[in-house]
Amino acid sequence: MALSSMMSPGPRKDAAVAARLGAKRKRADIIIRTLCILATVLGLVLLASILATLFYRGIEAMSLRVFTHVTAPPGSEGGLLNAIVGSLIQSLLGTAIGTPIGMLVGTYLAEYAKDSWLGNAVRFVSDILLSAPSILIGLFVYQILVLPFGGFSGWAGVAALAIIVIPIVVRTTEDMLQLIPNTLREAVMGLGAPKWKMITLICWRSAIAGIVTGVLLAVARVAGETAPLLFTSLGNNAWSTDLSKPMSSLPVTIYSFAGSPFEDWIALAWAGALIITLGVLALNIVARTLLRSRI
Amino acid sequence: MLILLGALIIELFIAGLPAFRAFGVAFVTSTDWDPVREAFGAGVSIYGTIVTAVLAILLAVPLAFGVAFFLTELAPPWARRPLGTAIELLAAVPSIIYGMWGFFVIAPAFAQNIQPWIIENIGELPLIGFLFQGAPFGTGLFTAAFILAIMILPFIAATMRDVFDQVPPVFKESAYGLGATKWEVMKGVVLPYTRISVVGGIMLGLGRALGETMAVTFVIGNANRISTSLFGPGNTIASLVALEFGESEIGSLKLASLLALGFILFLLSFVVLATSRYLLRSRLKV
Repeated sequence: MALSSMMSPGPRKDAAVAARLGAKRKRADIIIRTLCILATVLGLVLLASILATLFYRGIEAMSLRVFTHVTAPPGSEGGLLNAIVGSLIQSLLGTAIGTPIGMLVGTYLAEYAKDSWLGNAVRFVSDILLSAPSILIGLFVYQILVLPFGGFSGWAGVAALAIIVIPIVVRTTEDMLQLIPNTLREAVMGLGAPKWKMITLICWRSAIAGIVTGVLLAVARVAGETAPLLFTSLGNNAWSTDLSKPMSSLPVTIYSFAGSPFEDWIALAWAGALIITLGVLALNIVARTLLRSRI
Repeated sequence: MLILLGALIIELFIAGLPAFRAFGVAFVTSTDWDPVREAFGAGVSIYGTIVTAVLAILLAVPLAFGVAFFLTELAPPWARRPLGTAIELLAAVPSIIYGMWGFFVIAPAFAQNIQPWIIENIGELPLIGFLFQGAPFGTGLFTAAFILAIMILPFIAATMRDVFDQVPPVFKESAYGLGATKWEVMKGVVLPYTRISVVGGIMLGLGRALGETMAVTFVIGNANRISTSLFGPGNTIASLVALEFGESEIGSLKLASLLALGFILFLLSFVVLATSRYLLRSRLKV
């Protein structure tokens, strides 16, 4: 309404009315703008607050001991070595298992099943899994791997993380392959190359930067996952690299230590939280710059 | 992939079957959760899940809209990318970190400063006052929703930013040409054009909020009762499962009930996520 009355070039156009309307519209604009800026600033302040808390509490608790000792009962000198190693093993193995599967599914979606019924169904399922609550994946793996095989194990944790990795890699692989111009594909086909050669030699190679980004983001995501590991690898307070036994991991250790009433355990939880957040954020930033510089 | 999801649903359903069989439909509505009597009901945790998720959406959407509007239209071009990245990093922080931060920083702050003020000033009002009564524990439904809101903010903001960027510049330029202010362009051109995708992005955030486990477990207070006050402690499906799982024996009715809860949570988030995907399909098909 305000707009149309402004616009109508009627004879009774009153300069004072127009000025008042204009001032009103301008005021609304400025109020909204300010609110938007405040929202963004609030977001940044929250991020800064999280990081500041982590640094403040984490550095206080940080020492060489954290990296050289395994977790110990409260009161005795303990570190996080087994949790750090356990997290590394499970995240890397989970990614190593999930990545090839995810790449193959993503390639299938982008190259073979663009608009087929099956392709759409797989794409739908993958998208749902991408945002599905990770605790459900933990419960699922508990049902199929922990119960039948009689106990929590590192392998179950790896499997749960791999299931989380797959949809992330599927999505990035498909997106990256779709960015490749069709003329490139036609040129390869025109030279008489079979489809599998086109995919492996040309498409994968052109999309590799994007896929690596996806894999890095997947590592960052699973490194911080707690809920699925709670039901699968459980956690282990002793040194263990045996994947068939319960295995410690940073997030689960943080979870149990932070909820404990012991000061030194809580301090260790902060140290672990700092380590994991720095690692995850660094991976994210590396992945982003990698993607930006290649495209 | 298909087999994986199918297996997930079937496994959770079969595993939860004893609980469904023992309690029938009442499982969903019953508010009992008494391990001693072996009486389990999902009512409280379903209530907590939905209340926290919806409240989180109410808090996050205006913020996300502000951020997206700022990043697409208001911010100077050189600042857009670093600011956008910073907001997206909020999404990268592991949920357990949010839990710790919420428990050690936000909850005490709420208990000491913010909640007493709200209780004093809003708690007395008729109609809505009952929502804000009670003791300021710091933890509870409201704190959980607040943490959730921060966690889903980047997802919603990123979706909104992407769809705002897809509005053809000609549309916006014609509105500017008529003398419209930025807010008028947003309200009159961009929002109507992107309405469906914006709702899709909000649903995506809702799906995330429903299933979030670790952060909520830290701050919700974990009490198995429905309290009318938003400051009261409560439970969500995910936090209940995470907490009680370790204390359940294999083959017990409790374990079956927890898995049945998982099945219900799956149905909830499946419906929300499928809706979100349906609404966002125009954006997904590039």
